[in-house]
Amino acid sequence: MAEAFKFELVSPERLLVSEQVDSVVIPGAEGEMTVLAQHAPVMTMIKPGVVTVKTAAGKEERYVVFGGFADILPSGCTLLAESATHVNDIDRADIARRIQEAREDAADAKDDESRARAEQFLSQLTTLEGALLPA
Amino acid sequence: MASLKDLRNRIASVKATQKITKAMQMVAAAKLRRAQEAAEAARPYSERMGAVLANITQAIGGGGDAPALMTGTGRDDVHLLIVCTAERGLCGGFNSQIARLARDHIRRLLADGKQVKIICVGKKGFDILRRDYSSLILERVDLREVKTLGFANADAIARKVIQLFSQGGFDICTLFYSQFKSVISQIPTAQQIIPAAQASAAAEAGNAGGAVYEYEPEPGEILSDLIPRNIAVQIFRALLENAAGEMGAKMSAMDNATRNAGDMINRLSITYNRQRQAQITKELIEIISGAEAL
Repeated sequence: MAEAFKFELVSPERLLVSEQVDSVVIPGAEGEMTVLAQHAPVMTMIKPGVVTVKTAAGKEERYVVFGGFADILPSGCTLLAESATHVNDIDRADIARRIQEAREDAADAKDDESRARAEQFLSQLTTLEGALLPA
Repeated sequence: MASLKDLRNRIASVKATQKITKAMQMVAAAKLRRAQEAAEAARPYSERMGAVLANITQAIGGGGDAPALMTGTGRDDVHLLIVCTAERGLCGGFNSQIARLARDHIRRLLADGKQVKIICVGKKGFDILRRDYSSLILERVDLREVKTLGFANADAIARKVIQLFSQGGFDICTLFYSQFKSVISQIPTAQQIIPAAQASAAAEAGNAGGAVYEYEPEPGEILSDLIPRNIAVQIFRALLENAAGEMGAKMSAMDNATRNAGDMINRLSITYNRQRQAQITKELIEIISGAEAL
């Protein structure tokens, strides 16, 4: 059995998860990464996606996050999500609304840089929607 | 002198008022508990955010690539004040305390020849500041329809502020809100959020653990994403503290009102009883003196 470490998932509203886990898969800004115990210290941005948590008790939980940060230390991992929900509680209408907003942002963008950013965000959201739909 | 009937009506109306204030007090107590829980639930996020921020500032070492939101524009000519108050009254001096702090601040800034802009969050602060400084108010954020404060509300305000900043609309931004100390004490507070207060960040950086981090993407890029988010978190925290404070203030104000109504009922009852007794005595005297005359 893999070594357990402390994982915390925090959204501005509340602390969602705080427990011992075996591994966590994080949708990092530069690719998905799996965090195990004794990981080298990394700080990374998170894109909208699914966080998969494998708890020390052997259960697997999935959470949807919309952007944020992960602070990874050998002793534990803290995920600061802008907004996070358990996969079972996700509201498809909410995702649709976010996509709509992102689309408007992309259309309203004044300069190339902000447009590129908005479009990137939009594509991440649509990928997320695609990943969730069959679930 | 009021007649017996008038007094009776008066007592009945004070009793009705007392019932209302009592009910409001109990509602406020229930809401206070929820608001307090929300404020407490939000605390881990802002604490960790502070730690992460301190970590990154340390990594960058205050280098030149720190975003303007953090270092400021280097001027202090135009001030933006975000005044957060409650949407409803009947909560004692809660709103006027915040407004007074903001007004003193505005007066000082104007006396120094600075330019002042105001964003009002909440109706009551807007109503008070509108009297003297209506021309300075840029905008009024209405949260009356909001049932439970979400991060999205704070984020929307933060986005407006940041947009204004990037257009060069102001140099320094200060947040006015009421710090929730306890049910009976809320302290109106002014907090500078742009540029972020450097001193506290530097102090925290000292005990940030000193681990050598790898950054994905570059620290500068993370920082430029983190700072706006931090502003939203600060505003969110202020809104939550305000919500708890408002309910605390309302609870004690309504408690006082209920007690006052009780005193008033006591006084009125005494007057009523005295008058009734006086009338009975008068009638008796009339009967007796009438009988004696015969």
